[in-house]
Amino acid sequence: MPRMTMIEAIRSAMDVSMERDDDVVVFGEDVGYFGGVFRGTQGLQQKYGKTRCFDAPINESGIVGAAIGMAAYGLKPCVEIQFADYMYPAYDQLTQEAARLRYRSNGDFTCGITVRMPTGGGIFGGQTHSQSPEALFTHVCGLQVVVPSNPYDAKGLLIASIENPDPVIFLEPKRLYNGPFDGHHDRPVTSWAGHPLGEVPAEHYVVPLGKAVVRRPGSAVTVLAYGTMVHVAEATAEETGIDAEVIDLRTLMPLDLDTIVTSVKKTGRCLVVHEATLTSGFGAELAALVQEHCFYHLEAPVIRVAGWDTPYPHAQEWDYFPGPARVGRALRDMMET
Amino acid sequence: MTDGQRLSLHVPEPEVRPGGKPDFSNVPIPKAGSVRRPEVDVDPKEIRDFAYSIIRVLDREGEAVGPWAGSLTPEELMEGLKHMMLLRVFDSRMLMAQRQGKTSFYMQHLGEEAVSCAFRKALLPGDMNFPTYRQAGLLIAGGYPMVEMMNQIYSNDADPLKGRQLPIMYSAKDYGFFTISGNLATQYVQAVGWAMASAIKNDTKIAAAWIGDGSTAESDFHSALVFASTYRAPVVLNVVNNQWAISTFQGVARGGSGTFAARGLGYGLPSLRVDGNDYLAVHAVAKWAAERARRNIGPTLVEYVTYRVGAHSTSDDPSAYRPKEESEAWPLGDPVIRLKNHLIRIGTWSEERHKQMEAEIRDTVVAAQKEAERHGTLHSGGRPSMRDMFEGVYAEMPPHLKRQRQQAGV
Repeated sequence: MPRMTMIEAIRSAMDVSMERDDDVVVFGEDVGYFGGVFRGTQGLQQKYGKTRCFDAPINESGIVGAAIGMAAYGLKPCVEIQFADYMYPAYDQLTQEAARLRYRSNGDFTCGITVRMPTGGGIFGGQTHSQSPEALFTHVCGLQVVVPSNPYDAKGLLIASIENPDPVIFLEPKRLYNGPFDGHHDRPVTSWAGHPLGEVPAEHYVVPLGKAVVRRPGSAVTVLAYGTMVHVAEATAEETGIDAEVIDLRTLMPLDLDTIVTSVKKTGRCLVVHEATLTSGFGAELAALVQEHCFYHLEAPVIRVAGWDTPYPHAQEWDYFPGPARVGRALRDMMET
Repeated sequence: MTDGQRLSLHVPEPEVRPGGKPDFSNVPIPKAGSVRRPEVDVDPKEIRDFAYSIIRVLDREGEAVGPWAGSLTPEELMEGLKHMMLLRVFDSRMLMAQRQGKTSFYMQHLGEEAVSCAFRKALLPGDMNFPTYRQAGLLIAGGYPMVEMMNQIYSNDADPLKGRQLPIMYSAKDYGFFTISGNLATQYVQAVGWAMASAIKNDTKIAAAWIGDGSTAESDFHSALVFASTYRAPVVLNVVNNQWAISTFQGVARGGSGTFAARGLGYGLPSLRVDGNDYLAVHAVAKWAAERARRNIGPTLVEYVTYRVGAHSTSDDPSAYRPKEESEAWPLGDPVIRLKNHLIRIGTWSEERHKQMEAEIRDTVVAAQKEAERHGTLHSGGRPSMRDMFEGVYAEMPPHLKRQRQQAGV
C-alpha cells in the first residue's frame, strides 16, 4: 500500500474526489498554480484545469460565500482557508448562511461545502497562525466539524466530507502534516513513513463522519482527544505507564457519544485534552456529556488539560502547548483520586 | 439547458510563469515629470486620470524633473539614502539570522525600501501609521532603535513585546507605529477610525493606513474606503502594489479594475499612483496627501507601484511561481541605486563615499545585532518568562487566569 504524509493524503482525497466527480471544485488563496502554502493542492490545477482549481482573491468571506453560491447551484466546493486564524471574516457566511441554508429554506437549498483550514500550533506561528477555533464551529447548529489525526483518516474523512450534503469544517492539525507529533518538541522530528496510519490506499474510500476510534485500549482512565493531542495522549500513556484508553474523536460534530460512554463506564475516569484555550472550549461540552451519561461510574471528577486562556504566544509556544508533561501530571493526579 | 450562449469562467493568470521570459510590457511607465501637480484642494473629479498614470520624479539619467520635484533638500535626500541602506542591511542580517535558526520567521523589504522610508518623512510627531509587515522603514526612518527591532525579532529577554508576537510584528506607539497584526487588512479601517477620532477631538494629527495589493480584496479595505469617504477622515490610504501576494499575481485582487488606485474613484477619493521605487516621488506624493489630511480636506488613496524582489517571507520560494529573472526585468529599477545615482548627478555623492557608507552601515547593524544577541535569540540565551505569557490579556488579571498561572507554576 502507498505511504503518504498527512498533507499528501489530503491532496489525494481531493484528487480522487475531483477525478470521480466533475462537480468538485477547489479554490482558495494560493491554491491554484502554487498548490497551497502547505502544498495541499499541488498538481490539482495542472490535472483538472484552472476552472476547477484556482487562486482566490484574499477575501475569506468571499471564498466561503462564493462556495455557498456554487453549492446552491449544485457543485461540491472544497475550499481552503489558508490558516484557521484567517477564517473570522468568513464567520458570518459560515454560521448564518452555510449552516442554515437547509433549515431556513426547508431543503429548497442546501450547502454541501467543505472548508479546509490548517489548525493548531507547534510551528512558531504566533497568535495568528496557531489557533484552534473548533469550539466556534461546534457551537453552530448546522455545521459539522472534523479533525483528523493521521494520513489514513485524513483522506477518508475528507472524501466523506466532500460527499456529505451539508457543510463540513475540516480542521487540519498543521503540525501533523509531515509527521506524527507527540509534544516532545525537543526530540528529532518523526515522519509518517514508520507509522501504520501512514499507509494510505491510493483509491477512493471513506472514513465515515461521526465515528470515533479507540487508538489505544486501556482500563485505568479514558483520554478524549483529537488532532495533535491524540499523539500526545498516546505517548503520555506509554511514558507514565498509566493504562489509559485513548479515544480519537475524529469528528466533533456529530459526536460519537456511544464510544465515549462505553469507555468511561469501563475505566471510571475521564481526562479531556485539547490544544484550544480551556474556557468554553470543546472540552467543556465533552466533560458535561460524560458527567450526564457516566456520573454513577465516575471515580474522579472529569479533568481538562488545554491551552491556557491566553492568545497563542510566539516565544513561549512550548509553555503554552499542553504537552506530555502537563497531560502526564493530570493523569497521575487522576489516578491518585 | 437552454439554447443560450454557453458560459465559461474567466480565471486570470499572470503573463509569465517560471520558465518563461519576464515581460512587463503591459505595465505602461509614463515619463518622469509628465504628471501635473495640482493644488491639494483640487476637486477629485479633475484628477481621475491620476489613478491610471504614475507620478515619477527621477528620470533614467538620475535627474529630478517635473512639478513633483524639489520636496526635499540634498541633505534630506542623503538621509533618505542612508535609511534605505540601513533597512536593506538590516533585512539581510535578519534574514541570515533566521536561516541560522536565531528566529522563526522573517519578512524583508528588498526593492520596496523607498515606500516606507520616504513616506515617514512626510509625517509629523503624533501622526499614526497602521502598517503591514513590510513597512519597517517607518521605524528606521523614524529613529526607532534598531536593537529594539532585533530584540523583538529574537523574542529575547529584552523583547518589548515579551515574546508574544511573531517576529517583525512590532509595536511602537511613541514612534507613530500601531501594533502589527498577522491577519490582513483589519487595520486599514482602524486607521480611518483613528483619523476620525483626531477630527472628533479637533486635534491636528493624521493617520496613515497601509495595505498590500493582494489584501485590497479583503472586505475591510472597502470598509475603510467607505468610512474615509463618508466622514472625509484625515487619513492617507496607502496601497503598496508589489505585484505579488505570496504566489498570487496582483491581477487576482485587482480584477477588472484598471489599477488599485482606481478602486478609490468609486468612493470619490482622490486616487494617485506613484513610482514606488522613486524616493523623491514617494515623498512628494506622501507630502501632498498628508497636507490634504492636515488641512481637513480629506482622505487620499495612494498606490505605490513597486516590486517585491525577495520572497514573501522566509516560508516561500518565489522561483516556484514566477521567473527568477523577473525582478531584474522590473522597469522601475532599484530604489537605492536610483537615489544614489541622483545624488551623484547633483554632485553631493560619489561611488567611493557610497561604498564607505555601506561599510559603515554594515558595522552599525552588526554592532546592534551583537547587542541584541547578548539578550538572547529565540532558542538560546535570555528569553521572556512564562509569566509574561499570562500578563496583558486583560488590564487586570481575572481569577481564572491567576489560577492557571499558579497551575503552570510561575
